[in-house]
Amino acid sequence: MSEIDLETARKVAKLSRIAVAEADLPELAQSLSNILTFMEELNEVDVEGVEPMTSVTPMRLKRRADGVTDGNMQARILSNAPDAREGFFAVPKVVE
Amino acid sequence: MLDLTYDSPKPKVISGATGDWELVIGMEIHAQVASEAKLFSGASTRFGAEPNSNVAFVDAAMPGMLPVVNEYCIEQAVRTGLGLKAQINLVSAFDRKNYFYPDLPQGYQISQLYHPLVGEGEVLVDMAPGVARLVRIERIHVEQDAGKSIHDMDPNMSFVDLNRTGVALMEIVSRPDIRGPEEAAAYVGKLRQILRYLGTCDGNMQNGNLRADVNVSVCRPGQYEKYQETQDFSHLGTRCEIKNMNSMRFIQAAIEYEARRQIAILEDGGKVDQETRLYDPDKNETRSMRSKEEAHDYRYFPCPDLLPLEIEQAWVDDIAAKLPELPDAKKARFMGDFELTDYDASVLTADLADAAYFEAVVAGAGDGKLAANWVINELFGRLKKDGREIGDSPVSAEQLAGIIRLIKSGDISGKIAKDLFEIVYTEGGDPAAIVEERGMKQVTDTGAIEKAVDEIIAANPAQVEKAKENPKLIGWFVGQVMKATGGKANPAAVNEIVAKKLAS
Repeated sequence: MSEIDLETARKVAKLSRIAVAEADLPELAQSLSNILTFMEELNEVDVEGVEPMTSVTPMRLKRRADGVTDGNMQARILSNAPDAREGFFAVPKVVE
Repeated sequence: MLDLTYDSPKPKVISGATGDWELVIGMEIHAQVASEAKLFSGASTRFGAEPNSNVAFVDAAMPGMLPVVNEYCIEQAVRTGLGLKAQINLVSAFDRKNYFYPDLPQGYQISQLYHPLVGEGEVLVDMAPGVARLVRIERIHVEQDAGKSIHDMDPNMSFVDLNRTGVALMEIVSRPDIRGPEEAAAYVGKLRQILRYLGTCDGNMQNGNLRADVNVSVCRPGQYEKYQETQDFSHLGTRCEIKNMNSMRFIQAAIEYEARRQIAILEDGGKVDQETRLYDPDKNETRSMRSKEEAHDYRYFPCPDLLPLEIEQAWVDDIAAKLPELPDAKKARFMGDFELTDYDASVLTADLADAAYFEAVVAGAGDGKLAANWVINELFGRLKKDGREIGDSPVSAEQLAGIIRLIKSGDISGKIAKDLFEIVYTEGGDPAAIVEERGMKQVTDTGAIEKAVDEIIAANPAQVEKAKENPKLIGWFVGQVMKATGGKANPAAVNEIVAKKLAS
């Protein structure tokens, strides 16, 4: 049975950039544990020698030719941004 | 065919306070695929465009947008693999590498962790005539580039340009076979040369189209050999990765600094932490990028938006059949067919445009050695003086071949040929016609030369007496005759006649 502890739940939330209040962590950890436990039932199926299925229909990955067919819409690209200046997205300072 | 006998270079040794240390280096090169459009969208890859103008909704990660792979980018990566004698995997797959950064709107980079397109290959890195390092390539995978963040335009904000987001990169991963800073730079140089020959990456390091991550560790002499026997990394030291360098000089300096930093820690009884570091060229030091440490939990998983990439052997064979002649083969051919030295052949094959120019000169002049001398010493020297590339050479290959033909036929002397070259370089024109019009033809008429020699002898009786004591003075007479004939006399004929007349 998989157990997601508080520390793991906190880390996953941070990696996903989801703010989770400390008080909500136990419930979140429990929910994640339940999901994993449920999924673990699949381990009972014997898949020895079975190729992983990547598509329900036999399809070949669709390809494109190398040509410029898109872009040149700076205003539309920036239109949803909370802040944009001089053609750039403006975001709170990130420094190495 | 190719002469594949060479010696391995000696590894770089750094003497520490407690004995000698050796370096072990592996590299990850990010090479931007030369293509018109991005890997998964139809936006342009052109450098230097208005910010956020080369962006499609896929690149900006708008909800519901799906990636569609650019087949030409895959072809370019296959071509690169074939050029590095690598295994091509007919089935590969794309994975998501998750991390959070403002210039990565998807929140993940589409890459190939588990099933790369290209497997093991190799690069032969020439260090000196007959000395080369064989660097094994572990894999090449195809992935998306991220955007660009600009931190210095505003005190409180970072500015993000997504023009580069989604451009196709080939990540070329080497084994830890590189043994010193010079080898590392030479490896990047050789790889860049091969990519440019193949036309799969323009190799422009300044624009960031070719960048290197360098893994450096140090060990005591003998440890590397144990690793080679067993492929067990525990014989080697702990490595640090220096990220994202786009200059050969910085790569060398960063490795040098990093090795000394690690040696100092170890000799103090400390322990090297495996971490990511950044090279600061202004201070010439590497610094820990602690902020990236947690982000290293990339939580890779297969990209659900893309089916596995299946390619056909016939398609690969077709690409292989159209591969150009590569640097090693071209160099060997130049040395074999034109009897060039290793050095001259290296210089002439460094760049494809140079090699093509040289071959055109040889075709017109029919003399490889003379053509090599003129291209390397006169033409390259003159172009360098003007800061020009071979593509902007005012002297065409046919014109240079014309000059060489005039030397070979004895119509002009080597000295006059240099004057002629300068005229063609600055004014243009057909070399043979210029020689004719301006009376630059070499005088081979012995009667005319004899007359000039007689005049010089008659005018300088004192020198004639001295020359009888000291045969070396013949050179002075030859010089005077050359001067009197405006350099047009055939030097060999002058020498002979002067010697004969002075002896009589």
